[in-house]
Amino acid sequence: MADEKKDVSRRDFLKTAGVATGTLVGGGVIGGLIGYNMKGGGTKTAGDSASRSGGRKDEGAGSPNGRMFFTNDHDFSVLSEATERIFPKDDLGPGAKDLGVPYFIDHQLAGAYGNNEKEYMQGPFLAGQATQGYQSRLRRKEIFVQGIRKMDDEAKKRFDKSFLDIEGDQMDEVITAFQKDEVEMEGVAAGFFFRLLRSATLEGAYSDPMYGGNRGMEGWKMKGFPGHQMSYADKVDSKEFQKISPESLGGQH
Amino acid sequence: MAKTLEKVDVVTVGVGWTGGIIAAECAKAGLKVVGIERGRERGTADYQRVHDEYRYAVRYELMQDLSKETVTFRNKRDQQALPMRTMGSFLLGEGLGGSGTHWNGHTWRFLPYDFEIKSMTDKKYGKDKLGPEYLLRDWGVTYDELEPYYDKLEYLMGISGDGKNPFQGKRSREYPTGPMKKTPILERYEKATKDLGYNPFMMPSANLSEAYTNPDGKTINACQYCGFCERFGCEYGAKTSPEITVIPTAKETGNYDIKFHSNVVEVLHEGGKATGVRYINWLSGEEYIQPAEVVVLTSYVMNNAKLLMVSGIGEMYDPDTGKGTLGKNYCYQILPGATGFFDEQFNTFMGAGSLGMTIDDFNGDNFDHSDLDFIHGGSLSITQTGSRPIETNPVPPDTPAWGAEFKKASIENYTRSLSIGAQGSSMPHRDNYLTLDKKYKDAYGVPLLQLTYNFTDQDRAMHKYITERAVEIMDKMGAKQTVGRNPLTDYDIVPYQTTHNTGGTILGTDPSDSVVNKWHQHWDAENLFVVGAGNFSHNGGYNPTGTVGAFAYRCAEGIIKYSKEGGSLV
Ligand SMILES: Cc1cc2nc3c(=O)[nH]c(=O)nc-3n(C[C@H](O)[C@H](O)[C@H](O)COP(=O)(O)OP(=O)(O)OC[C@H]3O[C@@H](n4cnc5c(N)ncnc54)[C@H](O)[C@@H]3O)c2cc1C
Ligand code: SF4
Repeated sequence: MADEKKDVSRRDFLKTAGVATGTLVGGGVIGGLIGYNMKGGGTKTAGDSASRSGGRKDEGAGSPNGRMFFTNDHDFSVLSEATERIFPKDDLGPGAKDLGVPYFIDHQLAGAYGNNEKEYMQGPFLAGQATQGYQSRLRRKEIFVQGIRKMDDEAKKRFDKSFLDIEGDQMDEVITAFQKDEVEMEGVAAGFFFRLLRSATLEGAYSDPMYGGNRGMEGWKMKGFPGHQMSYADKVDSKEFQKISPESLGGQH
Repeated sequence: MAKTLEKVDVVTVGVGWTGGIIAAECAKAGLKVVGIERGRERGTADYQRVHDEYRYAVRYELMQDLSKETVTFRNKRDQQALPMRTMGSFLLGEGLGGSGTHWNGHTWRFLPYDFEIKSMTDKKYGKDKLGPEYLLRDWGVTYDELEPYYDKLEYLMGISGDGKNPFQGKRSREYPTGPMKKTPILERYEKATKDLGYNPFMMPSANLSEAYTNPDGKTINACQYCGFCERFGCEYGAKTSPEITVIPTAKETGNYDIKFHSNVVEVLHEGGKATGVRYINWLSGEEYIQPAEVVVLTSYVMNNAKLLMVSGIGEMYDPDTGKGTLGKNYCYQILPGATGFFDEQFNTFMGAGSLGMTIDDFNGDNFDHSDLDFIHGGSLSITQTGSRPIETNPVPPDTPAWGAEFKKASIENYTRSLSIGAQGSSMPHRDNYLTLDKKYKDAYGVPLLQLTYNFTDQDRAMHKYITERAVEIMDKMGAKQTVGRNPLTDYDIVPYQTTHNTGGTILGTDPSDSVVNKWHQHWDAENLFVVGAGNFSHNGGYNPTGTVGAFAYRCAEGIIKYSKEGGSLV
């Protein structure tokens, strides 16, 4: 089942991602998206060379499918699959991958979030009680890279295969091992990484699309959240449930 | 070498609600006032892109930069206190307006009982109702004494309410504006609580039901129920905030100036009097001394206590001996409640920070505690503040925290679940207190404030009892499944609970067991005033800012009187 999911052709994938294949020229977008599609845990796929062989010169050059943080395609693919297990595609609508969640996380790790800019990061770093919260010397960007690689290692340990080549329920087993703190990480607990990953996935699914996730506002549409609306003063006391088509701040100038 | 500035009449440390009220009142009275604020200038024009849950609610755009300063925390005295590295349990304010920029606006008066809790408890239930480890005390000021200041604050803010709480203290006037709109969610709560014999009323709100011009001539606009309120600034100028009221009022006098990006590190004092403050402008890196006739600490609970501690003013509380006053009676807020899951959909995404309906039947001593193993209680409300999708993922118990089942349940219940909750009171305990940390320092080399705090037996018993009442109400509201809050265990600084920290610089009538007198004047330095929720002896069953604002008005009156007459005001 999981194999089937990963074997969809690039064309199919792009369709489900809501990207019209006809508009794709050049390698940038394919290179960006191909991470979802990779097989074999390797880094050599068709899209790969395309992604390296040159950027876009057309107007789509500002695509949110650029990566600012992950330089390694394999890492990014593991991240993508993990977020999809956390927030999967179903009959309600798209999952994390189609929503662009991995790109959202990539962009966030490259900025203030990844660098813990507004957080107290002075030592000494001592282990504490759970009630005392984050005590790692690592910044989120370091925790993510380490965590993702450990996820792949854990898949190899348990199933002798890369995280990208195991079945969905096997991925869940690996993720659960992190959730339950059963995996050793350096400078941080696996459960802590899992919680970061889970909340970042939800943040990517439901934040304003201008951040790169919640593509097409599909996250909001599934949930019935209208996004940015100026006023509900005329509706707030209405007896009926209000279905309102969402609006993004990104559409405002 | 620090540069010494020209002396002013009054300097305030921080410019939130307390700093703003002091500035407006003193500047109107002709005193030259300077506010020193570590954050930046901001106002309505800066909130035009504010409907952004991720930036404002999740990443705390408007709140304290913890990379510069935080607090350390431990549950018990035998633990190593560690820094609060990320924001969690409470969200500290920073920048013009302080937390008053991004508060909800629930604006309460404490009950008359709160101010005389010790004598009323002893009288009705005997001296042993709570053990000696609870530092219960009368506040040193009564509701009747505070009433005129509550009134003044409500008319400053334009509070919207219906005044139908049968348990409220005597009011000299009605609320200045009528209640907010009653939505189907609120009506459901109203009906259920009435059916159970309780007394529902509309929550007093600082999101205004109609446009209102206050006695200073400042207009607050009508709320649009936009659903991006608490943790956000209001792009309509409809949420009463310091930036749109007291701060422009103070500025128009020509007697007020604010220094931004300026972090106060010490209160200077000599011979029993404060002489000014020392601060660092973190843009230029330069150090300044601002001399003043009167120094006022308006920097919230945490830094009001910390600045006194690092400046060596007053005697630190020692939990072993019970001696000392600075840092004692730190309290928080206990949050019992229940969530209900329904089949029908509600417009949960619409709302306003203080759109709500409340019962006070389980607050204060409004119900008999003879057979109960706790005192006090809390206001129990339903609020419709606008649920946003990142942070609102309600799922019935036993739903996994992620994956297909989680996705389905959280989407399904986003518009099909309602919560009710209490602002439960919090009683002082010998072991809950503030002191200075010995290990960790802020960006200016000053020790961090250390918080030792855990929930108590009183908290647990009260939480359990009110949660049971909340479950009954939610059942009555027609939920197909009702889930009460889990029993209280240890206080955890990670999940958000509430920014209602109190105590540490308590007010009283006797210097041996309080830090300031009833005019907020420091017992050891007559020209030093300290004001905020730090002056509370315990935390009542409501949000604090109504009482904080009333205190600020009273403190301003004290400062003005002191400036004319000098000496102790008591
Ligand atoms: C999300 C949220 C919702 C809330 N909702 C409600 C509600 O509905 N009802 C209610 O009653 N209360 C509510 N509160 C609490 C309320 O906001 C506070 O009680 C109130 O704003 C406190 O005012 P203050 O002036 O004491 O402190 P603050 O507003 O915190 O202002 C203190 C100021 O001092 C500055 N400062 C601190 N230290 C220094 C220093 N060393 N040097 C220079 N400047 C310094 C800070 O930057 C800040 O601007 C809420 C709080 C939050 C965070
Ligand atoms: S809910 Fe009302 S008061 Fe709050 S931010 Fe929106 S418009 Fe302003």
